Amino acid sequence: MRIAVEHRSVYRFTQPQARIVQMLRLTPCDTQHQTVVSWMVGVDCDARLRDAVDGYGNAVTMLYAEGPIEAIEIAVTGEVLTTDNAGVVRGAAEPLPPALFLRTTARTAASPELAAFARDVSDGTGDPIERLHRLNQALHARFRCVPDVPDTGLTAAEAFAGKAQASRDLAQMFVAAARTLDAPARYVSGYRLDHMAQCAPHGWCEAWVAGLGWIGFDPVTGMSPGDGHVRVAVGLDADGAAAIAGRRIGHGDEELAVDVQVDRLGNEE
Amino acid sequence: MGSTGAFDEIWGHGGPEAPREAFAALSQWIAETPPDELQRRQHSAEAAFRQLGITFAVYGDSDAAERIIPFDIVPRIFLRREWEKLSEGLVQRVEAINAFLEDIYGARRILDEGILPPELVLHNEQFRPEVAGIRPPHGVWAHICGIDLVRTGPDEFYVLEDNARTPSGVSYMLENREAMIRLCPELFRDFRVAPVDSYPDMLLETMRSVAPSGRARPVCVVLTPGHFNSAYYEHSFLADSMGVELVEAADLVVDDDIVYMETIAGRVRVDVIYRRIDDDFLDPLVFRPDSLLGVPGLIAAYRAGNVALLNAPGNGIADDKAIYSYMPEIVRFYSGGEAKLPNVETWRCREPQALKYVLDHLPELVVKLVDGSGGYGMLVGPTATHAQIEAFRAALIAEPHRYIAQPTLALSTVPTLTEKGLAPRHVDFRPFVLTGSDKVRVVPGGLTRVALREGSLVVNSSQGGGTKDSFVLLGDAA
Repeated sequence: MRIAVEHRSVYRFTQPQARIVQMLRLTPCDTQHQTVVSWMVGVDCDARLRDAVDGYGNAVTMLYAEGPIEAIEIAVTGEVLTTDNAGVVRGAAEPLPPALFLRTTARTAASPELAAFARDVSDGTGDPIERLHRLNQALHARFRCVPDVPDTGLTAAEAFAGKAQASRDLAQMFVAAARTLDAPARYVSGYRLDHMAQCAPHGWCEAWVAGLGWIGFDPVTGMSPGDGHVRVAVGLDADGAAAIAGRRIGHGDEELAVDVQVDRLGNEE
Repeated sequence: MGSTGAFDEIWGHGGPEAPREAFAALSQWIAETPPDELQRRQHSAEAAFRQLGITFAVYGDSDAAERIIPFDIVPRIFLRREWEKLSEGLVQRVEAINAFLEDIYGARRILDEGILPPELVLHNEQFRPEVAGIRPPHGVWAHICGIDLVRTGPDEFYVLEDNARTPSGVSYMLENREAMIRLCPELFRDFRVAPVDSYPDMLLETMRSVAPSGRARPVCVVLTPGHFNSAYYEHSFLADSMGVELVEAADLVVDDDIVYMETIAGRVRVDVIYRRIDDDFLDPLVFRPDSLLGVPGLIAAYRAGNVALLNAPGNGIADDKAIYSYMPEIVRFYSGGEAKLPNVETWRCREPQALKYVLDHLPELVVKLVDGSGGYGMLVGPTATHAQIEAFRAALIAEPHRYIAQPTLALSTVPTLTEKGLAPRHVDFRPFVLTGSDKVRVVPGGLTRVALREGSLVVNSSQGGGTKDSFVLLGDAA
């Protein structure tokens, strides 16, 4: 499938900023089932951009801008060819061993309730992959999914106490729960085709299954990601894969507006 | 003058009347200088320290802020041959630490070969995936190491702890020496003592040697968390004596993956940063996002090879207490030989058999938290109350992986001035080892910490510890 992505993030400041430094995880990498045809990260003010690869193998872009800056827009446009591989990730840069992803973080620490939920759902029966699918479906069934909004820092444990959650929170809950079942799990940030405007990148997750490798799970659909997902960054939690991490030097408040459009192009396979 | 049964470094096992051969002169000096006079000199030294505002905290001694650490006027002395042997062991250990860090953030051969349990590294918070894949300029990770040693006999030294992050205490080494030269000049006539005052020059040479390639006259700075930090004196002292700028995070900016310091005359490119800020607070974009201390973009500049950070971020994995117990294997793996400086025997409570042994022998053992420091979270079995032992037993059973245990060593003593005159007190030792791109340098001296309370084995400043000057003799004859 040929997928077009447009992702705009606009920061507006109540007072001009002297400097802005941001780390952007906005660029997908090629895998066996995802080929980046074109990709552009643009900034609407005088800024210096530097590309690198972080410790997780994600493509990152450092953005340095000097003020006075009243607003800054980071615009991503690109096209990616995808094929469906039933969620199995092949050919991604994997600089870190899967066992690292058993580590828990503040945002993915399971509450006793979430751990009990994972235990009940997995039931100790079936293959590891079946258990993970059951977990994915159970999260999908338990929560009403709401549109993504910019990150508020909700933890998996907090999210589990609610009823309706965005993709980011569902993914963090999966990650937290899978780790309690001794499955290495990580957060994935990217884009998902659904023909609707969104206000944040899409979040899902991957779990490691011996013999198969990293397998994607998307609790929003209750299924594994297919050719409608574009994988951008992975991390131990949503912070580790955040699209934009930034610091500004200057007073006043900021307002962030995000617009994500993901569309299918043409009809080719 | 009581004897503790332990080896006394001056008096040996024989007491004041029968000092070790090489130390007759010192023993005589101790005997001939009236205690009142020693007291007077000691007070004079402490008054000077108070005026300078020297305080320092060895890792985690957070309550030591603004406290003057007591100084003892009687020096500790290493013979030349003792020192040479010790130095060889220190160089080997620090080389192994550097090789380990290079490996663990790169190829991870040591995990593939099964030398270390992978989860011990991968699940350890001190292993920082954020800096995985980065090779620091010239491949040096642990530029400044403080290796904590204890001694139990004339030739028996053990490593108690490695410090490969931001070991402090070097200003004490330097100030103690200055005080001794001023107050006890006769000792420097009687003994040929290796000077330590070249430390700032050695440190600066080390810093320059690891500057990114192609920088002809590298700019070096010391990065401090600020004057509220308990080791601020040391930060400013080192910057001053090296003749480099002392900066705070707000003085540094990163632009286009290059670090600059803001000065009145404009921006100046910075090549080497001796940072006395913990990893967590280095760069809010990569580590703790709530950190106000850090420099946004610093890790990007580091990853791009445009700046050297001393010590490298992520070093905590090398001096973690859980890793410590594997140091003999780590040294063997990278050096191909046996460790010249042994570890203290260590039971890893995460291993069921070790846990059983520890629970059966609590009154004899020292039990430590793997991630604790500064003498906290520690049980000293022989001096603990029954209630303390039982509290540790419960904690060990609940979370065995968080603890290690070691035998209670008969730490060596050095005569120390007490209210009742001279008496043996237990000591440990922190030598400083500098690693540059060119070579490894062991500073001929270090920080001797002394447990001032009679019989106490805890030398931490927060727990009633003091310091002494540490002489390294240039010739063995006194």
